Amino acid sequence: MRLRGKVYKFGADVNTDVIIPARYLNISEAKELARHCMEDIDAEFSAKVESGDIIVATTNFGCGSSREHAPLAIKASGVSCVIAESFARIFFRNAINIGLPLLECDDVVRETESGDILEVELVSGEIRNVTREKLFRAKPYPDFMMELINAGGLIEYTKNKLARGL
Amino acid sequence: MTLTDKILAAHSGKEKVSPGEFINVRADLVLANDITAPLAINEFWRLGARQVFNSQKVVMVPDHFCPSKDIPSAEQAKMMREFAREQGLVYFEVGRMGIEHVLLPERGLVLPGEVVVGADSHTCTYGALGAFATGMGSTDIAVAMAAGEIWMKVPEAIKFIYHGKLGNWVGGKDLILYTIGDIGVDGALYSTMEFAGEAIEALPMDGRFTMANMAIEAGAKAGVFHVDGKTQEYLQHRATRPYKMYESDGDAKYTKVIEYDASKIEPQVAFPHLPSNTKSINEIGDIKLDQVVIGSCTNGRLGDLRLAAKLLKGRQVHPELRCIIIPGSQEVYLGALKEGLIEIFIRAGAAVSTPTCGPCLGGHMGVLAAGERCLSTTNRNFVGRMGSPQSEVYLANPAVAAASAIMGRIASPEEISGH
Repeated sequence: MRLRGKVYKFGADVNTDVIIPARYLNISEAKELARHCMEDIDAEFSAKVESGDIIVATTNFGCGSSREHAPLAIKASGVSCVIAESFARIFFRNAINIGLPLLECDDVVRETESGDILEVELVSGEIRNVTREKLFRAKPYPDFMMELINAGGLIEYTKNKLARGL
Repeated sequence: MTLTDKILAAHSGKEKVSPGEFINVRADLVLANDITAPLAINEFWRLGARQVFNSQKVVMVPDHFCPSKDIPSAEQAKMMREFAREQGLVYFEVGRMGIEHVLLPERGLVLPGEVVVGADSHTCTYGALGAFATGMGSTDIAVAMAAGEIWMKVPEAIKFIYHGKLGNWVGGKDLILYTIGDIGVDGALYSTMEFAGEAIEALPMDGRFTMANMAIEAGAKAGVFHVDGKTQEYLQHRATRPYKMYESDGDAKYTKVIEYDASKIEPQVAFPHLPSNTKSINEIGDIKLDQVVIGSCTNGRLGDLRLAAKLLKGRQVHPELRCIIIPGSQEVYLGALKEGLIEIFIRAGAAVSTPTCGPCLGGHMGVLAAGERCLSTTNRNFVGRMGSPQSEVYLANPAVAAASAIMGRIASPEEISGH
């Protein structure tokens, strides 16, 4: 699966309270949540972001609460993947479970800035910074995780498995 | 093996597990609340499931935005309530509920050696009882509700040893804030924090719950304590089924062993906007406050309220400050009532609320306006956590909170009481 988009870069410890503030947790509709995505860290984010765009951040992205509303808001806003030096563990599980790909790669974070265009190949882990003509490599996903992401998340993946009698 | 390894091995049908290993873990209890349950219920139906794996092992608590703060919250609470009734789950209605992580241990629903997964990041609180408990998202919890098991990676472990005796007005909150200040908000990422040492042995259960509760603020998967006399005494009239106690082996492997002289740790305050941004109470300076909140899954237990009442007794909340006190459960509320603590709070000019997570996550019952400052006994001080993104949150223990409520600025309990 090849992804391509413009980069929005953030720093360390981007927490779930800024990804989707709790004042919107009385909503469970992903599209509605997306309208407030990153609102407390970048008020213009939901207006600017386009389908396919990529979030890049440094360490501990997604720390804080277990709210699955956070990856749901990011995915529904059109973001195709998040690349960071490290992720908080609950966010990591949640994102994979709802089919939002995450990649860990220190080099790409260091050498990428907001506005750059990235191309990401999830199967090989290849990340190309088109703007700076640089190639990076993240750890590729194992087959079962690719299948899970392609299915659209853990629920679809589990349903497919059950339907095949596995 | 560590205590954590042993619990996980026992719940995955293995004799031995080691860090990094992927295992399928049987859950003794699955938990969700009024914010996370609606998403989990939708995913549960989408999965094609019809019945939870065991209705007595799935608990739902309306605590975050309940009693419902607005119409959308009421709809979410209603959806959870109807699901819980239809499935015959363990459910606590408003008037009987408490903040989930205060309530479940009180009701004997979590016991040593058990595995709990909850759609709430502070599920790690139950590690205080020698259980393995960890937070997950709604989709994981939907699968756990249906299957009674969930995949996990066995975490590595970091051991924290606290030597010496604690000073005046120093408790579990200060030990955990000091530790997070030292290792950072990702200092225990993906790991289990195992707490030990003389100061831990002397720490009451309330303080242990506080420490385990905030393990997530260091990025940890769990925070665990060994079972001892204090744990058993706590469980004596609560546990209604037998439980198993596990101990870490003498040669158990830790990625790090970190030791502190706990006698030198003073009351801690975490400054905006990270729990790791800590200072000792004597390095604070003059920070004027608009609000103080005492409560939450971190510090809403009877021991916490007693500490606050000690300082507020016969004194007044500063006229330019709101002090909001929220007992963590009906049992805590009743205990505080019987001991006369509620009267002390009301006479001091504090507002006392029915149990709710409310202001901790900027829900209701004390949301902050732009430019306002709050000192809170809760667990997070991220941008916008308690309301406006232009507000500020400081984290501290209940004694510092009470002293600050009286002074109208961040204050040491010793300014009020002497030694």
